[in-house]
Amino acid sequence: MTSRVLVCRCEDVTLDEVEEALAGGATDLESLKRYTGFGTGWCQGKQCVVACARLLEARTGAAPPAPITPRPPLHPVPLGLLAGLPDPEEAP
Amino acid sequence: MKKRVVVVGAGIMGLSTAFHLAKRGCTDVLVVDRGYLCGGASGRNGGGVRAQFSTETNIRLMQESIAICRDFAAAMKINVWFRQGGYLFLARTPERARDLEASCALQTRCGLPTRLLEPSEARGIVPELDPSGVLLASFNPEDGVLFPWPFLWGYARAARDLGVELATFQEVVGFEREGGRVTAVRLCRTTPGEAPERTREESLVRCDEVVLCTGAWSPEVARLAGVSLPNHPHRHEICSTEPLKPWLGPLVADLTDGLYFSQSMRGEIVGGISVEPVPDGIDQRSSRQFLARYARSLVRAVPRLAGVKVLRQWAGCYDLTPDANPIVGRVDDPENLTLACGFMGHGFMMGPVFGRLLAEHVLTGERSALFQRWSLERYRTGELLTETMIIG
Ligand SMILES: Cc1cc2nc3c(=O)[nH]c(=O)nc-3n(C[C@H](O)[C@H](O)[C@H](O)COP(=O)(O)OP(=O)(O)OC[C@H]3O[C@@H](n4cnc5c(N)ncnc54)[C@H](O)[C@@H]3O)c2cc1C
Repeated sequence: MTSRVLVCRCEDVTLDEVEEALAGGATDLESLKRYTGFGTGWCQGKQCVVACARLLEARTGAAPPAPITPRPPLHPVPLGLLAGLPDPEEAP
Repeated sequence: MKKRVVVVGAGIMGLSTAFHLAKRGCTDVLVVDRGYLCGGASGRNGGGVRAQFSTETNIRLMQESIAICRDFAAAMKINVWFRQGGYLFLARTPERARDLEASCALQTRCGLPTRLLEPSEARGIVPELDPSGVLLASFNPEDGVLFPWPFLWGYARAARDLGVELATFQEVVGFEREGGRVTAVRLCRTTPGEAPERTREESLVRCDEVVLCTGAWSPEVARLAGVSLPNHPHRHEICSTEPLKPWLGPLVADLTDGLYFSQSMRGEIVGGISVEPVPDGIDQRSSRQFLARYARSLVRAVPRLAGVKVLRQWAGCYDLTPDANPIVGRVDDPENLTLACGFMGHGFMMGPVFGRLLAEHVLTGERSALFQRWSLERYRTGELLTETMIIG
């Protein structure tokens, strides 16, 4: 592991690690995410998913992949705020 | 293509089983999955591993599984972030408190160091906990949490190294039968992505044995082989917060509303809660209602978490059976089809030990007391089982 080129800054995933995962058969974006953990940190993929998708495209020659399934919430939200949301199923 | 054994489903059950088949010399094995590795419940769960159950069967199995988890990193050369911070169960109703008392007594007889705690003592283990409303707690320091993904990669790599073939994005769409046997599985290539779709590329793999490790999908896959199962998928949601420095020792589980939360080795608080009703069938969508309910219950239990932010939420399916116990082993018809499903919301932790037992069962055909107990047959004979230590 010599490269210090970071692909995913939140989860500290380097270019070498992505290349290794691709070489190991993680040749679709969801597998690549599961194997390297890119996109599971603070930014939830907003910064890294494009870089990973482009690498995947370049290395496999496949058509550009669809983005990983976005996981809500769109931005980090405090538990205290969420606790105040109304719950339609619960009796008042 | 011809294989001795085709394992359907590359979750923890399928991969652990394939690994143990190969370890016993049966390397002519193909594992297929309709999606990517970690796409099923095995890649979507809370990573909780515990021996606190209410039946001796589950307690004994989990004693062995915990030992496997402890040695897994060294044996399989992969870090699974296993941390034994214990499980702290909370009961808020007299009925739940009685359940805790009974299961704790049984666990003690089985040699577990579980102990019952007064609410104030529970605070000794989690000082940030608000114990008001809690009647009784139980704690086993040997329970723990792990990170599920590398666990799967570990089994997958070890199985491959022994000669097992693993094919993702291959969906079983049918079985060829002759008399009372399956002679081949019909596969269809799927497209990559979170919701794999069938392509037109089909193939046939002949085989001697089929093992169904399809988790919550089992009823629909078994139906293709003419087997009708009583279990059903039930969506279960989960979320994780921003990482915090380590402060929470155990996984805390409230048996009353199904709230559970733990701190992963990455520092995030990972947890969930029961939400009813859920959509029918396989549904892996997230809901805002879940977040609200989880946040409310979690902030009540640990008020200091109010300022901590949720980063991501996702969902998977529990595989529920009518009597809260799994359905495993060979079925009568077709005679070379073996099941391993119905593991409720605790199948990940059973995978390490159960894969070994299942591999032995497939290779020897022997029906041990455990396989009798957990057979599909019990729903016909009415010998139903129980388990009260169910989260969610
Ligand atoms: C939110 C949540 C939290 C949980 N928390 C815990 C916990 O803390 N501890 C614990 O032990 N358990 C937990 N569980 C339960 C646990 O995740 C499951 O019991 C376990 O992962 C089941 O493993 P499996 O290998 O049997 O099934 P799965 O991992 O679901 O694997 C089944 C596989 O079969 C594949 N498949 C389906 N149909 C086909 C087909 N036709 N052809 C080919 N492949 C097919 C699927 O793609 C899938 O990959 C939790 C579950 C959820 C959803």
